[in-house]
Amino acid sequence: MVQFSQEQLTEFNRLVSRYPEGKQKSALLPVLHLAQQSFGGWLSQETLDYVAELLKIKPIEVYEVATFYSMYNLKPVGKYLFEVCQTGPCMIKGSDDIVAYIYEKLGIKPGETTADGLFTLKTVECLGACGYAPMMQLGKHYREHLTKEKVDAIIEECRKNAAANN
Amino acid sequence: MGVKLLLDKAHIEGIRSFEVYRREGGYKAVEKALKEMNPESIVEEVKKSGLRGRGGAGFPAGMKWSFIAKPEGIPRHLVCNADESEPGTFKDRYLMEHIPHLLIEGLIISSFALGSNDTYIYIRGEYAWIPDILEQAIEEAKANGFLGKNILGTGFDCNIHVQRGAGAYICGEETALIESLEGKRGNPRIKPPFPAIQGLWQRPTVVNNVETLSAVVPIINIGGEEYAKIGIGRSTGTKLISACGNINKPGVYEIDMTISVEEFIYSDEYCGGIANGKKLKACIPGGSSVPVLPANLLLKTAKGEPRLMNYESLADGGFATGSSMGSGGFIVLDEDQCIVKHTYTLARFYRHESCGQCSPCREGTGWMEKILKKIDEGQGKMSDIDLLWDIQRKIEGNTICPLGDAAAWPVAAAIRHFRDEFEWHIQHPEEAQKRNYGLAHYADPIHVPA
Repeated sequence: MVQFSQEQLTEFNRLVSRYPEGKQKSALLPVLHLAQQSFGGWLSQETLDYVAELLKIKPIEVYEVATFYSMYNLKPVGKYLFEVCQTGPCMIKGSDDIVAYIYEKLGIKPGETTADGLFTLKTVECLGACGYAPMMQLGKHYREHLTKEKVDAIIEECRKNAAANN
Repeated sequence: MGVKLLLDKAHIEGIRSFEVYRREGGYKAVEKALKEMNPESIVEEVKKSGLRGRGGAGFPAGMKWSFIAKPEGIPRHLVCNADESEPGTFKDRYLMEHIPHLLIEGLIISSFALGSNDTYIYIRGEYAWIPDILEQAIEEAKANGFLGKNILGTGFDCNIHVQRGAGAYICGEETALIESLEGKRGNPRIKPPFPAIQGLWQRPTVVNNVETLSAVVPIINIGGEEYAKIGIGRSTGTKLISACGNINKPGVYEIDMTISVEEFIYSDEYCGGIANGKKLKACIPGGSSVPVLPANLLLKTAKGEPRLMNYESLADGGFATGSSMGSGGFIVLDEDQCIVKHTYTLARFYRHESCGQCSPCREGTGWMEKILKKIDEGQGKMSDIDLLWDIQRKIEGNTICPLGDAAAWPVAAAIRHFRDEFEWHIQHPEEAQKRNYGLAHYADPIHVPA
């Protein structure tokens, strides 16, 4: 069953406390981020229903938001999600080559996950790092000025972290 | 070296901390505003400064503030738009990452001027590490008596809250942002009513960009009149430009709007010239929504005068031969870049970001993407160019919010100025898969009618 831990509930309450009494729905976006982070990097229907219950709003109000914003994953994703920007400024600096190189290294195309469940590749639209292109988002941070060598190092780093956490 | 008002201290070691920021003269503007001025005189000062919204629309900030309704007993809100998502734009990120207290200081003064006791920063979700930086700055300001209850003993209470978005360009549009802040889909509202009358939770609300609110600090420090002396005409003060693409020194630059586009691109103080010794082909000077210009029209206006980096000069000639300052996202394309492909990626961006409320935008952006992809892949027909033109015409002006216009303009400008490149793609489908059209005549001197 989906359930926030005590610590996560404390964070939930902090998020809700930013808004006036009765306007707790305003906390929906941040609460969905918290839920996604807490429950394996994606939002299942059970999670969406749980968030609706916590915020005392209708499930449909949560579904319509979860399906609108591109950062919410409605299907399971790999432990490491590579979100490669492909909009104009990144394209002219070689983002297509980065996507192709990730395919060469990991055998995944945009939208696919490696068989071991470690990596998912996603192409995204402008992330506001145009001067530091090509780039990708990995978790909370940006990896910028990407080269094949940097992609190799990132994959290696992820594999090491995964092994250390097992 | 031009005047710097926002980034003059951004390079100082430790400036992210309250201690260093304060030591360097930070929060003096808050003291001045809250102790020596009143809300009305602050609004007057901002009006005098001529400050225009730095998010893209360029609307006079002081005038926007003066529209806020003040019904008895209803709270008002200031919302800071940190949803920076316009391709080519990364200036607000730079400001928030490097000198967060400048924004916080600007927010306190602006909140006081507008009577906002709870102020919100809505930041794009992908900038996931920046809320920590902002929240730390807020905590430090609070611990030092500049936020919270009874600030500096003036009786003014103010809290600043940071909310992350979740990936939606449309939330940079102020009414979509407000919807999102209310926990809804980012569907823009029909105006009127304007946010200044009915905004967040139907309360009077002002939404301003990060850079606009940060600029309030130097305006209070030096005075609106002094601020207005910097720059030319109605382009007062300084502007942050985020430069990217095929240049030697991509990055964020503060300019005083008197320099020429040529100087901005080629001077070592700014972009440092075109990378790898290539030639300049085209440039989108104000974020992906504004018209792309070929090199010749970028550097000189149709009248043959040098084009300057300010609101009026960049717009000189209207959309026929000019462009716009927009958000200050400066995208430079060299002779090796393909206009068709670049325009296709922008069309794909707008299709992805259309909220779907208005048919012309929802359907039109999809059509434009498909047709551009077809041309790019060598499957285009000559009639596709006119079809694209027709579609963009039918989007522009026919949607609730400006995203429709923003999606139409890049396609329109690409066809207007680079039609022969589109034709070449269609007439030489095989060759176009192997090489680009190149610089062609796009940098040739323009004929100025006598």
